[in-house]
Amino acid sequence: MATATAQPAMVERLPRSRSIFPWSSERLTPILLVAPSVILIGIFVYGFIGQTIRVSLSRWNNVLPDYTFVGLRNYIRLFGIERFQNDLINTVHFTAFFLAGCLVIGLGAAVLLDQRLRGTLFFQNVFMYPLALAFVVTGTVWRWIFNPYTGINVILDNLHLGFLKSGWLTDTNVALNGVVIAAVWQMSGFCMAMFLAGLRGIPEELREAARVDGATEWQLFWRVVFPLLRPITLSAVIILGHISLKIFDLIYVMTSGGPGYSSDLPSLYMFRATFQENLYGRGAAIATMLLLLVAILIVPYLIWNIRGETER
Amino acid sequence: MSVLVAPARSRGRLSPARLGLYALLVVLGVFYLTPIFAIIITSLKSAAELARTTVWDMPMSPSLESYATAFQALAPSFFNSIYLVVPATLVSAFLGSMNGYVLAKWKFRGANLIFTLLLFGMFIPYQSVLIPLVQLLTSINLYGGIPGLILVHIVYGIPICTLIFRNYYAGVPKELLEAGRIDGASVLGIYRHILLPLSVPGFVVVLIWQFTSIWNEFLFAVTISGNNQPITVALVNLAGSIAPQPNVQMAGALLAAVPTLLVYILLGRYFVRGLLAGSLKG
Repeated sequence: MATATAQPAMVERLPRSRSIFPWSSERLTPILLVAPSVILIGIFVYGFIGQTIRVSLSRWNNVLPDYTFVGLRNYIRLFGIERFQNDLINTVHFTAFFLAGCLVIGLGAAVLLDQRLRGTLFFQNVFMYPLALAFVVTGTVWRWIFNPYTGINVILDNLHLGFLKSGWLTDTNVALNGVVIAAVWQMSGFCMAMFLAGLRGIPEELREAARVDGATEWQLFWRVVFPLLRPITLSAVIILGHISLKIFDLIYVMTSGGPGYSSDLPSLYMFRATFQENLYGRGAAIATMLLLLVAILIVPYLIWNIRGETER
Repeated sequence: MSVLVAPARSRGRLSPARLGLYALLVVLGVFYLTPIFAIIITSLKSAAELARTTVWDMPMSPSLESYATAFQALAPSFFNSIYLVVPATLVSAFLGSMNGYVLAKWKFRGANLIFTLLLFGMFIPYQSVLIPLVQLLTSINLYGGIPGLILVHIVYGIPICTLIFRNYYAGVPKELLEAGRIDGASVLGIYRHILLPLSVPGFVVVLIWQFTSIWNEFLFAVTISGNNQPITVALVNLAGSIAPQPNVQMAGALLAAVPTLLVYILLGRYFVRGLLAGSLKG
């Protein structure tokens, strides 16, 4: 009796049972398609990070590799080095000013462009073209503009703002700010683009409703519009924040970390320690700290994004 | 506050408030355009004129001599960059497209985890992979040349390409794929005959993004290119190796910037889309 009923049931079930079979082509092909990328990223990202951590825990501070495990010695030494302590302070300084500059200019420019003035598109393009340039191009130009004799100081003199004059990149107290200015020049357009996309996504009816209720334009912006931009602001802070932690090219080109170590950052220190002084263990320790800083910022953001997506 | 007192209805009239808005726009515009202005006028000055003028003086007798010098110095690396960018861009875009297709339309178990793990790769500071990378490239004889850099940019380009394509394909209606399945098309067949023809805008965004990022990249280039430098490394060395004349440097900077600037001017819309895709929320 079992065989009698089994046959029609099997025919009916056939299409389904085919997809349950683990190696059917509909199951296998997708996995084969992503496999090369997954393997490459597995090696080049996760495998390499593992190896970097291993080097950071090793004695290798010479030309020849030496993987003898020394625990956290490289880290402990690193935090005792004045240059690294100074680098961490510089990182905070750079990130704070860079973020503030990008957010203020980016939001200001986006609000201006959202007023439906004539020529908006032209200005939008002007605000964003630096994003298409290499950091090394930006650095080369701004280094020239900041030259103390014939550059920005001449303009400040002409504007009777002589008190703002400085040696810029040659002044230990100012050099890092010079790099911040160049970085803000390059990246604020990114912030603007994000805010502008957000502003244009806010329905006009919402603003009209607030106006009907008697809100001034000032109240309208801070009470209605700005709160709606909060998620975008958070995204901008995280993306720009992690760019700022990683910034390397601009410093390399504009100041090389100088004068002294006044504008040095961990990204540059890692490069110099590893490839110029052969201090591989120390370089790997700096790289690991850098990765840790970025991960603290990015991992929650990634999880938040993916979660939000599946809930949508 | 006057910044916000110009709703749509007053379009066309020039009230004082609107004049104020324009003034602010112009001030910002000057800030953004000053460097390109400095590049152009400096690069047109002769060495003799450079010594007598400030950054801001117009060239009295514009000359292209600094362009000739810069081109001579940078031409080999300019072509190195082209040789690097073209294959790296194409391959990473193709890989990203396949990944995006699978991760958007064939979600197997763990697909979201894999996607997240892939994405993390685009945010890491590349310093954290640099030492093993140099070791690996040395051991497979790809250190010190463009082929090694091509490999590196393909691999580290996978996350952003996958992200853009996945978001792009997520917008393709399920019914189109179902129709293909009913017609008996395989997983690859659906990709080739249904999705790929729809992918042109996605490819434009990804190709532009990869072209720009790889052209502009510096850390990998300076670490592993050896004597076959791409343009970014050569531009930096231009200041150090030959007499550091600013007019030649500016001409070189413009030379290095022209390809990506052209792309931005011609296809800016797509460039911005790639830019915003990097912040994840599509």
